[in-house]
Amino acid sequence: MHAFINFIMGPMVWISFLIFFLGVIFRLYKMFRLVNKTENFIYSYMSWKYSLRSIFAWLTPFLPVSTRKRPVFWGVSYVFHVLLFLLPIFLLSHVVLFEESMQWSWFSLSDSVADILTIFVILALIFFAIRRITIPEVKFLTRMSDFLFILIAALPFITGFLAYHQFFAYQYLLIAHVISGELMLILIPFTRFFHMFMAPFTRAYMGSEFGNVRHAKDW
Amino acid sequence: MQDTINKDPETIAREIVDEGIEKGLARLTPEKISKVINQVLTKETGARFKVYVETCMRCGLCSDACSVFLSNDRKPQYSPAAKVKQTILEMISKKGNVSKQFLKDAVRISHTECNVCKRCAMYCPFGIDIAYMMLTVRRVCHKLEITPLYIQDTVNSHSATMNQMWVKEDEWIDTLQWQEEDAREEFENLRIPLDKDGADIMYSVIAPEPKFQAGLIYQTAVIMHAAGQNWTMPSTPGWDNSNMAMYTGDYEISGRIAQVHYDTAARLHVKKIVMGECGHAFRSVYDIGNRWVGWVMPPFELIHSIDFFHDLLVSGRIKVKEKYKKTVTLHDPCNISRGGGLHHKAREMVNILCESFIEMTPNKEHNYCCGAGGGVINCGPPWKGTRMTNNREKGEQLKRTGAEVLIAPCHNCHSGLEDIVHHYDLGMEVKFFGDIIYEVMEKTIFQKGDL
Repeated sequence: MHAFINFIMGPMVWISFLIFFLGVIFRLYKMFRLVNKTENFIYSYMSWKYSLRSIFAWLTPFLPVSTRKRPVFWGVSYVFHVLLFLLPIFLLSHVVLFEESMQWSWFSLSDSVADILTIFVILALIFFAIRRITIPEVKFLTRMSDFLFILIAALPFITGFLAYHQFFAYQYLLIAHVISGELMLILIPFTRFFHMFMAPFTRAYMGSEFGNVRHAKDW
Repeated sequence: MQDTINKDPETIAREIVDEGIEKGLARLTPEKISKVINQVLTKETGARFKVYVETCMRCGLCSDACSVFLSNDRKPQYSPAAKVKQTILEMISKKGNVSKQFLKDAVRISHTECNVCKRCAMYCPFGIDIAYMMLTVRRVCHKLEITPLYIQDTVNSHSATMNQMWVKEDEWIDTLQWQEEDAREEFENLRIPLDKDGADIMYSVIAPEPKFQAGLIYQTAVIMHAAGQNWTMPSTPGWDNSNMAMYTGDYEISGRIAQVHYDTAARLHVKKIVMGECGHAFRSVYDIGNRWVGWVMPPFELIHSIDFFHDLLVSGRIKVKEKYKKTVTLHDPCNISRGGGLHHKAREMVNILCESFIEMTPNKEHNYCCGAGGGVINCGPPWKGTRMTNNREKGEQLKRTGAEVLIAPCHNCHSGLEDIVHHYDLGMEVKFFGDIIYEVMEKTIFQKGDL
């Protein structure tokens, strides 16, 4: 048991990060190779100015008309996406673990704040799941895999929350927490979680077409 | 009749018989179907297609963008992403082994329930281009030869005559001369110069103008003459800037149409091409046709009438005698606002020409499509009933303005909006900018010293 715990909390963490980083590089490499092979005309239209214009417009909360039509969804979505990155990076226990192995640390959130933010993330995911069931046009598009994504994203937060509060079976919850976190990392490059890396490119292309050719805003 | 009233719109649409589709489907074999689908999806698409399919999170936010979806009481199957799900995603997951019923639905969805207006690309957080996906479906339909009858006939005309309406060369020239003769009653020396080498401007129109609306050519000739422009119109094929092949996925014909248009301008050694008030033609010669032919941007300075008229009015080459009295509203055609950013100039022009302007909402880049665009109206009479159902949102948008006159600087929009005005009993007059300018302008010839 100890050997297993040592493995998933030791080498497996680094393996997961390695798969994550290599996977991201591989996917981006594949995309660029395909662009070069099939649609290199795209470069004629790409512009840094309009790419960044579009990306920043869409990163500005409630600037795009689309976001103002669905304020609740977008409000939840903004908070969720920010926390998805901030929480794991600035969680005290993660920072401490990192410091122990790398002798390097950074700012961390207080545990009570992190605890509340974790609840936010879990609630946001529940909101996404409910939305998939109750809004007809979203339900029509939803497949089993969409719920799986929600579950996979939720697991590290749920297990982390439970483990922190030590409600029951602390050791098993901790193991589940570590494994689910690693699973999420590994899956990002190979599933639709990859939208976090693709979105800037699709946005940049559409932003360039709109800015350069169509002389119109795309938000 | 009772039957029709009780049925939901989707059932009605599914039961429509379009001879082009039916006869095409009858010819197909399962092998042909899967071969064509796989060829198009794997050989003719590339990075964009793959990334779009893999990146869509099925959040459904594109729904709010689609006027067809909104017009159908937000029924989920009409949302942009749902149209992809019911067509492209099925083709991919079944590896092209789809049924004839599936294809029949795919033709209906891609050709009649999507105006390829690209409004959804502005509502998708990732900017996924669903119009491109629908055009890919149409490309499949084209290669399977199951394109709706009426729009296919238009493409056939393009291919045989290089114009959209089977206009013969002598008819074309005759029409121009007839308009010239009539206009000479207003301006004695007015000419519609044919094939004038080295003119500043080549003026091109879409084929419905000589076919049904020759008066529009008359008006433009008067405006050109009064503004003292050095212009010409070609007597040979290439005068028509329209392009329905672009919308049926017949990209080979589409490319030829754009090519002959540019070639004609090159032959006449003109400085720029000015085109009539049309939206899809602008998309063809400004954005799509040039790419197929191999130009990043059009090889000629290409100016839409809005831009051209705006310049004439602002520079004082055309003067307004008395502003237009009736209350007007302005429809921003997708292909020249969202597709060309001309909505600002259009507004300035309305304010120069008219006394009272009422904005419709949403507007500018966010305006709803007229419901006729993207080749939808060109699918013809079999689909008119469902088109009217799918345009309800547009009808309500127009009604909210309460304006007497609706300016629509695009032919497709014009015809579609006329249908909507009639169907939803809105009592509006639909006009081009050319109509208004002709009505309010000073009918004097511009002299250089006037500026």
